[in-house]
Parts: sequence; C-alpha cells; structure tokens
Amino acid sequence: MKILAAYNIKGGVGKTAAAVNIAYLAAAEGYRVLLWDLDPQAAASFLFRVRPRVKGGGKALIAGKRPVDDAIKATDFENLDLLPADFTYRNLDLHLDNERKPATRLRGLLSPLRREYDLVVLDCPPSISLLSENVLHAADLLLVPLIPTTLSVRTLDQITEFVAGFNGKRPAILAFISMFDRRKRLHREIAESLPAERRDVAATAIPALSAIERMSVQRAPVAASAPRSQAARYYRELWQEARDRAGLRLTSRTRPTALPGMARSARP
Amino acid sequence: MLNAVREFVLLPADDTRPPGDELPEITDSRYSVAASGRSRTVRRTWLDTFDWRLFRAGLNLEQASGPGSSELMLTARDGELIAASALTPGAGPIRWPALVDALPLGPLREHLAGIVGVRALLPVVRATSVRTEQRALNADAKTIAILTAERMTITQPRRAATPSRIAVSALRGYQAQASKLAEAIGQAPGIAAAERSAFESALRAAGQKPGAYTSKIDVQLTADMTAALAVCTVLARLFDTAQANVPGTIRDVDSEFLHDLRIAIRRTRSVLKLAGSVLPASMVGRYRPEFKWLGDLTTPTRDLDVYLLGYPEMANKLVGAIEPELRPFHDYLSRQREASQRQLARGLRSARFNQLADRWRHDLEEVTASPGRRPATGRFAAGRIARAHQRVLQGGSAIEATSPPQALHDLRKSCKELRYMLEVFASLHDPAEQWRAVNELKALQDCLGEFQDTEVQRTELRAFAGQMVADRSAPAETILAMGEIAAELAARQRAARTEFAGRFADFASPRGQARIVALTRTAA
Repeated sequence: MKILAAYNIKGGVGKTAAAVNIAYLAAAEGYRVLLWDLDPQAAASFLFRVRPRVKGGGKALIAGKRPVDDAIKATDFENLDLLPADFTYRNLDLHLDNERKPATRLRGLLSPLRREYDLVVLDCPPSISLLSENVLHAADLLLVPLIPTTLSVRTLDQITEFVAGFNGKRPAILAFISMFDRRKRLHREIAESLPAERRDVAATAIPALSAIERMSVQRAPVAASAPRSQAARYYRELWQEARDRAGLRLTSRTRPTALPGMARSARP
Repeated sequence: MLNAVREFVLLPADDTRPPGDELPEITDSRYSVAASGRSRTVRRTWLDTFDWRLFRAGLNLEQASGPGSSELMLTARDGELIAASALTPGAGPIRWPALVDALPLGPLREHLAGIVGVRALLPVVRATSVRTEQRALNADAKTIAILTAERMTITQPRRAATPSRIAVSALRGYQAQASKLAEAIGQAPGIAAAERSAFESALRAAGQKPGAYTSKIDVQLTADMTAALAVCTVLARLFDTAQANVPGTIRDVDSEFLHDLRIAIRRTRSVLKLAGSVLPASMVGRYRPEFKWLGDLTTPTRDLDVYLLGYPEMANKLVGAIEPELRPFHDYLSRQREASQRQLARGLRSARFNQLADRWRHDLEEVTASPGRRPATGRFAAGRIARAHQRVLQGGSAIEATSPPQALHDLRKSCKELRYMLEVFASLHDPAEQWRAVNELKALQDCLGEFQDTEVQRTELRAFAGQMVADRSAPAETILAMGEIAAELAARQRAARTEFAGRFADFASPRGQARIVALTRTAA
C-alpha cells in the first residue's frame, strides 16, 4: 500500500481537485483506493456526495476508539472508498498531541488497511502543524500543487527543507504547477522553467479551467464527469507521473475481479 | 464493496413485466432509483462434486460468464464471498467436469482443494439470467445500494423458469440506509422476501436434490423384519450405489467413481457370502461368480489409480534419486491405466453387465415380494456379526511374529467382513455404540491394510520394473529410483507388522470385545 498526500502550506491551490481526480483515476485503473478527506472544510466529501460526519469525530479515530475501517464509505465509483471529513478534524492537532508517538500516529492508523487498499490518498488541510507532520511521516509521495508565483516556489523550498530534516523514512516530493493561467507572463515563465530546473516538479501543469471549478456543481471528479475534457487529460498525465514516482505497479493481486454486471470504473 | 442486504422474489401474478422493469415503485420519499441500467445476460453454472462435498461443507461454487468475462465464485450459504477467481479468456474455457488442478492458481483453488480432494467438479445446474442493475440513491443523490433484478431460466438438467428476483446490496458504510430501503421495497405489492437463495431456487426448479448421493448404506432396517427382506433391501441399495457410479466410471470423470463402485461390489459379495443363507441358494450360486467377475474387472484400474494418486508423495520421499528420474515410471503407469480403463469401460458397457443388472434387480424384487417369515433380522444380524467377530478373534490370536504374510492377509479379509456386517446392519444399532465399535475395528484394519497394500505394491513394483526393462521403456536411473520406492514400501511394511500386535491387543481386549457384544445384544 502506498500513501500519497496532496499537501501545501497554502490554501486554495488545487489540492482537493488533484486528490479527488488522482484517487478516481487510480481506482479506474484497478487500484483499490481510499481517499481520506482530512480537511474539516470537507470539500472532497462534498464532491463525492458523502456526508462529512464520522461517528465519535476525529478524537475517536485518533485515539483508536473507533477503527478507521468502520468510518469508511464507498463512493459511487468502483474500487474507490472515502474516509469522510468531520468538522471536529479542526482539533486533530490536539488529539494527536495526546498520543504516545504524536508525529507518526496517522501512519499507525493506516497500517491495518494494508491488505485492503493499494493506495491511500490524503487530502490535507492547508497548514504547517502536527497534522501536517503526521502526513509527511505517513506519505510515500507528497503531491504539492504550486501556483506559478515566486512565493509559491519559496513554499516548496520550505517543505523540501522540512522533510529533509526527518530521520528515517522521508516522502518523495512531486510538485506540480496548478491553476496555471497562460495569459499571465509570470505563470508562463515559471511553468516553463521550473520543471526543467527541478526534478521534483512534474512536467504536467494543471491549468485554471472552468471544468475543474464546475466539479463542485457536478459533484464528481472531472475525470469521471467529463473524461474527454482537457482537464481530465491533464489530471491523467499528472496521475501517470505520480504513479511512476510512487512506484505503483498493478499486479495480478491488485487487479480486481468485478462482479458480473458491475462496470470496472463506475457503478452502474 | 457490496454487502447483500435482502433478496426478494416477484409473486407469480406480478412476474410478467419485461426484463429491466421488474422493480416495484419505491414509496419512501427518502430514496429514489437512478435511470434504468443496461440489462445483460449472464450464464450461471453451479458446480459441486458427485457426492456434494461443497454443499455438505455449506459452500456454493458458481461460474458466472458474461460477454467477454467469466468468473468463479465460492460463497458461503448466506452469500458471503469467500474467494473469487477471474477466468482469463486467453487460458481457454474450463471444460466441466474438471479436477481442481484445472482451475487457476490462487486462494479459490487452495480453498477448494482441501474440500474437494480428488473429486471432479461437475455442473449441478446451469441457468441463463438476464440481470439489470440500478443504483438506489439517498436524498443527497449518493448511491447507497445496488438493486439487481434477475430473471433466471434453468437450462440444465431440464428447462424451467424461476421467479424473478430483486437483490438489494448495500455499498460500504450505507448498510443502515440500504436496510430501510429494503424494508420499503418489501412493502410494495406483488413482492415477497426470498425464502431461498438463487442456487436453492435453481436446484428446486431443476428437480435436483442436494446431498442425495451417498456411498453409505442408508437403509432403515428393523429387528423384527424378515432377514431375507432386510438383506434384499441392503443389496438393492448397494446396487443403486454401484449403478450411480457406472456412468462416471465409464467416462473416467474422477477416480472416486470407480472407488465407490468397487466398494459397493465388495459389500455385495460379502453380503452374499455371509448373509446369503436367507436367499434362495440358486440365486446366491448364480450371482456370486458374476459379482466376482465384476470385482475383478475393476481391480487393475483401481490398483493403478492408487499408484498414480500416491505418486507425488512417493516422489517426495526419494532420497538419492530425483523426481524426473522416476517420471518414466509415472508415464508407464499412466499408459497401463489408459489400457485398463478401456477394458473396464468395455466391461461395464457389455451385455454381460447389462444382463447382470437387469436380472439382479428382477430377482431381488422377487424375493422382496415373498421374503418368507424367518429368521428375524435382529437375531440373524446378531448371529452373523458374532460369527464374523469370532473369526477375527481366532485369526488374530493365531498370528505370531513368525507368521507368514498370508495369515495377516486372511485376517484382513475377516476384518473386512466384520466391518461390512456392522455397516449393513448399522440401522439396528445404537449409533454411539456402533461408532465406537467401528472405530476400533478401523484402527486394526488400517494397520492390516498398510501391511497388505505395501506387500502387494512391492510385488507389483517388481513386476513393473521387470516389464519396463523388457520393454526398454525406462533408463537405469528410473529402475534405481523405483528401488528406493521398494525400500520405502518395505520399511512401511515392517512398521505396520510391528504395530499389529498392539492394535490387535486393543481390539481383542475385554473392553473391545464388549463393544461388539453390546451391539449384537441390542440388535437381537
């Protein structure tokens, strides 16, 4: 099981859009995927029409009083499950701090799911906190959306530096240009130079497209609701880069056996 | 992940809607159904062994094939999926009946192997289903369950229709909402909760009785019925078993058909020998040689089966040689078996066998119609069992460390006869006492069987080696490897010989004897 986290210190940079589309595309390829909406704003839960509520709240989950497994909901797409957000997630830092190994608690919570899922995607709230530290310790790959501005590039450096200070396991980082606006000169310059200069920046840039914004109206990943759209094509390219970087391989064990009458990617 | 919540059937009066339109209107406003899904045709084949091993273990095995896909699913009787295996189109279709070895490697095959053993999987029922799946949504337009409407027609062993079914399967995390939806569906007119699973419903429509076959002598005798009637009832039942196994033996479906056929014949021969005195003497005189012929007909193939079934274990025990060196021996056995199987099939299709079957049935019926009055079964059975028991005790007591193998062979035959008498008259005995008596006898039989089988196999092995050398069908290393097997057989035989004294002492102990005496007392 690989863990991929869509993470940035800044908000509104396209984390949730990337997380839901990548989770969907991985599931459509046959990986068994769990998307954990860690953001109390619950945008990913909303997009999959799942009510943002976990019995016992974040406290019960972190304390292990309620198994993670019990809170999981199936989405309308085959192989893709969701661990919904809950408004109490805003206090996750406090709950984590009460645990014995506060920085690696999240990784411990996910480990019983190893046999059930091939990929866990974490949609993280924007912050640099104990929760973010947990995410960074748990993840095999950090997917960092960057708006092509100078300040964003500085943020990437901060994250890289923070991760470099870890002892033991460190996540790989794959940043990508997000909300790219071709009409802006600075966007064009950064989008061209950054992937060429840095190995940790993906070749795929996700433009600011109305189809992505409309996901909140459709309440489905754009890769599912408009699979032939430009937006879907960009996310597909980004997923391929992320999949290769995370070292995911579809083996016969992970290849699902769909029940008769069930579509492989979406429920009928 | 889908969890079956409830299954319903459409009542006959309402079961006239076209496929895809079976679903009743849902009156609960919290739920709705997404636009109708596409219908697809699925061929369903349920499989089991001839002796219903999966059914008896509480399992269902189904192959479901749709356009471009085919899957085997092993489920518990409550529908819970235990293992599934996709059958890849490239590997070619599995032709049923098939042994477990023909299935793709994986958890499904592993799980089945432990239950099915050497038996082949046969289609029990075949059906064609038209399935339509629809999504059930909650107020957020989130899918909470899949509704599957299914119209199934049985195609084999006979054509029959079954009531249309509607299954509600909850999506993970939505069991509670799906249960409420199922309640709402259940209240709709023209629909009722399904009392049987699709498999049970298919079996019923096909006229199949699961678990109907058993190689056991399942007859109900009473102590005061006429012994001739009891013996004829047992013999008729034994011949049912023999005949049930003939087609599978001729088609060589799996080695157990022949095994069960042989046991039925051996039991028949023992009954004729030990209890034939209550039948007309001319009848016994006529049929004993016929059943001996039938028994002899089955012997060569079964002996070769025993070798071939034990081959992997034999090869595993090689110390100096390696398996490929022994392979020519395996190939030689396989060729021999093919030839003897042809001979066996010819014999079972012959006029002699068909005449035997017809006349035997007819003569049994004649005796059954006027069985006479004496003796009564209870007393008769007690006497026969006591006599067989005495023979075992006498034969066993006479065996010493220096006795020749033939003495142990004779004792084994006496033990078999006692065992058959106990089994034939089992319905007269207290089941717990019967179990204890048979169990102790079985331990002695196992020991004698090991001694005798290894003796026979050693002799045969020597004969095979001689033949293979004469045919020039095996290199020297194969003969050497066979030598290792002969040595292993000799060691096993010695161990069985050492074990014998203890086993017999247990059987012949006052407590062991009391068990048999207690049985005969109840029967009398």
